[in-house]
Amino acid sequence: MSEIRKISESRLRELYKRLLMVRRFEEKVDELFRKGKIYGTVHVSVGQEAVAVGVAEALRADDLVIATHRGHGHCLMRGADPRLMMAELLGKATGLCGGKGGSMHIVDAKRGMLGAMGIVGEGMPIAAGVGLALKMQKREQVCVCFFGDNASNGGPFHESLNVSALWKLPVVFVCENNLYGLSVPLKKTSAVEDIAVQAKAYDIPGIVVDGMDVLAVYDEARKAVRRARRGKGPSLLECKTYRFLGHSRGDPAYGPYRSKEELVAWKKRDPLLVINKDGRLSPEDVKEVEKEVSEMIEQAVRYAEKSPEPDAGTVLEDIYVQERCSPS
Amino acid sequence: MREIKYAEALREALAEEMRRDERVFVFGEDVELGYAFTVCKGLIDEFGPERVFDTPICEQTIVGVAVGSSMMGMRPVPEIQFCDLLPLCMDQICNQAAKLRYMSGGQVSFPLVVRSPAGRWGGFAAQHSQTLDAWFMNVPGLKVAVPATPYDAKGLLKAAIRDEDPVLFIERKLLYQIPGPVPEEEYIVSFGEARTHREGSDLTIVAIGRMVGIALEASEVLEREGVTATVLDPRTLIPLDKKAILESVTKTHRAVIVEEGPKTGGVGGEIAALIAEEVLDSLDAPIRRIAALDAPIPFNSALEDSVFPNAHRVVEVVRDLMSF
Ligand SMILES: Cc1ncc(C[n+]2csc(CCOP(=O)(O)OP(=O)(O)O)c2C)c(N)n1
Repeated sequence: MSEIRKISESRLRELYKRLLMVRRFEEKVDELFRKGKIYGTVHVSVGQEAVAVGVAEALRADDLVIATHRGHGHCLMRGADPRLMMAELLGKATGLCGGKGGSMHIVDAKRGMLGAMGIVGEGMPIAAGVGLALKMQKREQVCVCFFGDNASNGGPFHESLNVSALWKLPVVFVCENNLYGLSVPLKKTSAVEDIAVQAKAYDIPGIVVDGMDVLAVYDEARKAVRRARRGKGPSLLECKTYRFLGHSRGDPAYGPYRSKEELVAWKKRDPLLVINKDGRLSPEDVKEVEKEVSEMIEQAVRYAEKSPEPDAGTVLEDIYVQERCSPS
Repeated sequence: MREIKYAEALREALAEEMRRDERVFVFGEDVELGYAFTVCKGLIDEFGPERVFDTPICEQTIVGVAVGSSMMGMRPVPEIQFCDLLPLCMDQICNQAAKLRYMSGGQVSFPLVVRSPAGRWGGFAAQHSQTLDAWFMNVPGLKVAVPATPYDAKGLLKAAIRDEDPVLFIERKLLYQIPGPVPEEEYIVSFGEARTHREGSDLTIVAIGRMVGIALEASEVLEREGVTATVLDPRTLIPLDKKAILESVTKTHRAVIVEEGPKTGGVGGEIAALIAEEVLDSLDAPIRRIAALDAPIPFNSALEDSVFPNAHRVVEVVRDLMSF
């Protein structure tokens, strides 16, 4: 058993709370989307929470994160205000990005959530760039780059691992392997079963971890972050996980491309069950946390719904820092 | 005034900005030795391998690294060896650098400059001779500069490095070894300000990059025939100095645009549309666009010659215009 298992009751409760925060936030987002209150599309991470929470637990407040299109959990775990996040998802003026980013591009730069990328895999070279800047600036921060399993099949994955390893950049690449890219199973897209083995090609650690177990994720993330912080270079951490809902836009959790049996089997390993498999959290604790989290989410929704729409004039703002356009 | 070459002017700009601001660094393929076009040559001697370094051949990640490091407050100036390789990193330029600021509601910014040479080189054929300026004019959030002279190359590059926004800095291979006057003392050329190379009253030739020289050559021939042309170089395509273009055309009543890229969907089309939309009434003749043929650049030198605009073609088009 990892020494991490010895964490205090209060820490365990906190981790449980964070898992639940992401879970309830995402469930609410799914609900609001189905009701037509969220425009466009959403990618929720219900089932995958242990990755965002476990990795965040290994980070300092000043560390940095580059996330994916499925980035709500990563943003929440950087400490973003759920109210401002929900407002962004509803496209409101008070949203983190003033209603210009939405679900796929949720950003909270002040909290080190530097970007959520809508283009699969393209956050990876950017994370390498963040890492390079940290190294040049001799700062002790670390950049975590989340990406999906299918992102590992594109060029940016290989290019970024290569330069990060070559230049010993303080980056931790975290693959959220939920076994599918849209409807296509990993077996059909990746020549290897474990994406982590590809780390070998770049002479860096590649670790497979149970992505449903927040403590296991924390444990391995901690090692990778420590290594990065000490100037030893990047790692590739592959978290085996599963999304309990569809890919996006409220598509179904199973059928036609996954079976109900598969889903049910994974749900037995729900991060909310796994964290408390030793029964260290009492039913009262769990109930209490549930209440705290529900209130927080309800507040976020109320705030977002009451918030104003962005002013039409803002559409031409934030394109450039220095406008300097022609005086036409 | 002393004369230095376009490539030297660019190198001076890089060196001066690196001296002025320690956040500036250059990297790319073969920049330590200054291949392929010598712009970065020797920089490593003064600034060391931490600020001047070679990368693997991975254009997407070269620019991605610039995006990430600029977001962290650095001032990266990556070199993409040929502009034909820009499509490999188009996502990082157009979808990332140019969009992330907007999508974040202004939380992050990307003060990076991607330098890359375009245009004819001579026998480099279709994958190493393109002029892709127009592709990047359609990208809000990006700024695009195309210097035509050593003076502008230096002044614009210094401005680009000091700019808070992402800049695509498209140079011209055949200009690198051409000398021109460049002051010793420091100066900046602001974005969005066209340069009038000569003034005439019969027509306005808007020329870009290497075509400025060709337009000037043509206007000398024309002058002997009693036709005087204004030659105007926008210098930056985004932002575009619309005012200067429109004012000049309003005065001369005729307009020709000359560019090195293909005509269809080109820069000339945009400028012609601008003129037509804003000052159509002041025109005495149709607007003419002179551009490369809509063909891939051929290897054979005679074929290659026939693809690109030259002074002779400009003269012919202007003679025709004057008959209206
Ligand atoms: C380069 C690119 N290709 C296609 C898409 C459309 N798309 C969005 S998400 C997605 C699947 C991504 O799968 P994966 O990387 O495994 O992440 P997951 O959605 O499973 O979290 C695709 C194909 C895109 N956004 N970017």
